[in-house]
Amino acid sequence: MQAKTTILSLPTQEFVHPGTRACTGCGLAIAYRVGLKALGKDTILIVPPSCLTVLQGLFPIASTKLPCLNVTFASTAAAATGILAALKSQGKTNIKVAAWAGDGGTSDIGLQALSGAAERGDNFIYLCYDNEGYMNTGAQRSGTTPIGALTANTPFKGKLQQKKDVPAIMAAHNLSYIAACSASYPLDLFDKIRKCVDMPGTKYIHIHIPCPPGWGYDPRYGIKIGRLAVETGYYDLYEIVNGEFKLTAASEKLVEKRKLIPVREYFRSQSRFKILADTQIAEIQHQIDAKWAGYYKKDE
Amino acid sequence: MHIIENGNVAAALGVLLCRVNVIAAYPITPQTPLTERLSEYVESGEMQAEYIPVESEHSALAVCIAASSAGARTFTATSANGLLYMHEQVQWAAGARLPIVMCVVNRAVGAPWNVWNDQQDSISQRDTGWIQMYCSDHQQIIDAVIKAYWLAEKVSIPIMVCYDGYILSHTYMPFDVPDQEKVDAFLSPFRPDYALNPDQPANLNTVTLPDVRMDVRGELAHGYMEIRYLLQEEMRTSLTVAAEAEKRFADIFGRGGDPYIEPYLCADAQYIAVGLGSLTYQLRVSVDVLRKEGIKVGVMGVRFYRPFPDEALAEALKGKKGVIVFEKALSYGYEGALVSDLKSALYDHLAGTGVMPMVQNIILGIGGRDIRTEDLTQALRAAAKSRVSRQPVWIGLKL
Repeated sequence: MQAKTTILSLPTQEFVHPGTRACTGCGLAIAYRVGLKALGKDTILIVPPSCLTVLQGLFPIASTKLPCLNVTFASTAAAATGILAALKSQGKTNIKVAAWAGDGGTSDIGLQALSGAAERGDNFIYLCYDNEGYMNTGAQRSGTTPIGALTANTPFKGKLQQKKDVPAIMAAHNLSYIAACSASYPLDLFDKIRKCVDMPGTKYIHIHIPCPPGWGYDPRYGIKIGRLAVETGYYDLYEIVNGEFKLTAASEKLVEKRKLIPVREYFRSQSRFKILADTQIAEIQHQIDAKWAGYYKKDE
Repeated sequence: MHIIENGNVAAALGVLLCRVNVIAAYPITPQTPLTERLSEYVESGEMQAEYIPVESEHSALAVCIAASSAGARTFTATSANGLLYMHEQVQWAAGARLPIVMCVVNRAVGAPWNVWNDQQDSISQRDTGWIQMYCSDHQQIIDAVIKAYWLAEKVSIPIMVCYDGYILSHTYMPFDVPDQEKVDAFLSPFRPDYALNPDQPANLNTVTLPDVRMDVRGELAHGYMEIRYLLQEEMRTSLTVAAEAEKRFADIFGRGGDPYIEPYLCADAQYIAVGLGSLTYQLRVSVDVLRKEGIKVGVMGVRFYRPFPDEALAEALKGKKGVIVFEKALSYGYEGALVSDLKSALYDHLAGTGVMPMVQNIILGIGGRDIRTEDLTQALRAAAKSRVSRQPVWIGLKL
């Protein structure tokens, strides 16, 4: 097993220029910065329309120091396939391909292309940064918006449906590597990218991204809120290596601790959940407890 | 080498000869035999290329767009709803100035479902910034594919090579397959000035503002409007480059002609039938019949539809009594797209000169409705007599 990266051993080389167009406190800015460090220089990026398009800047100035192809919303994974095919035909074997798409671009409009590329086993990393809504266009609901969240198009009742479990969908494609990460645990993200980079076929990494304007909190609390999602057992950090599921990092430690923070704290930290009634929170707490009872049982 | 094969195989052989690097395709009738043949070339090792069996046409063009951006020569093919499903990517490929070549095996679009031939699919993509070439026989298909790569890479504009489903795609005709050495002499390997490369990182197709903007060195970079203006300008310039392609092709392969139009008995004709694709060869039969009756008619095939060879057409049609445009597609609510474009060209070049021909429009063969040569002959004969007030005229309609 590889040694865990610490803030001291993290590579100092930067691939994102300072002064991006991300919002203050944007979780994506952290994940992207650290993620590109893990990917390294010999990488070609693919980005569909998303917050990342904004973060990357306006022509002719770009904040990313890696080659990047901006593509249409539904075509991210197919574009990865295309770049891989071109590199293969040119005999270039040392260049990695990494797609960075948002949750709407992944769970909704990009799912067909992602499924196609994963089924073909095309060798690239797909990173879905999940801020749980179409934040770039003003915070509308997406497939991964959680139940109960107010969004710009679920304005009064909140979203009535469950969050779509994209890693589980990807698990059904029998990938070599799937991981769930969080912007609040950037070193874990770094290690997971490094771990899978040379694994065969399509690798899928899901990253939970706190979003100040979309979730409704003071920007300085972003890291804390991302951690709360993990510490309440609401969002789990894990990896699925060749079909083997395993909790990792902070989530793994929670199994040892056998103690979760009540999920109410997570919900009450963001205005998007303000209409969530105590009874609904209790129900979600019940679901979390049941999920974790399973984790504890496995651990015994 | 002369062989007898179908039109889809003619296209596939053209792709093989052009040493395409990346092929991506999704099956749709009547394109399938073309892409099946390409998969055979790749799997058998006859062709050194990546063949990507994508999960949709949208992704087929996505693969080509990305592969082309990374420096590969790319190919895809589709028909009808496949082309419509690609539409966003079609626009994107042109805006990104990628020299992708795509065969469009013309087929009617739904609803209702119909798998037979007309040209509504490619005509509906007229304004996407792609060059459109139309073929009338198998020789033109294979030659057009080869010319298309040279031209597309010269002007950095993608090209649709359009040919009629079934009528050309599934019928067998003799044609010459050029030698590989000659094709290699005509077409060099694709080496774009710029391709995605970690040693020279660039962010392609980023958000571009309405106005120009300075880069970090203080130099002004184009705004969106400048980029789009250049696409228009270079589309117009590609008319000249197409003539160069035709000449080079003729020098090496010993065949070819006018790059834009294909006239048949037009010099002394008083009336000229105009059309796109295989229909113009069928119209030649009608012209032969009417010539025997003493009616001076000719046929003009339009081989290049975008950029539109307005000047060449106006020059060829000036002084004629009438022009009858036969179309297997239309702009609903008005008339055929080709006739509108043609009238605009005639107005631009001939207005006030007194040599402006009368123009008529005939819609036919929609959704594969049989086009009988007798009907074409009768329609031409009638059009030569007098103009019907209500345009366009539909022929073969059973109402």
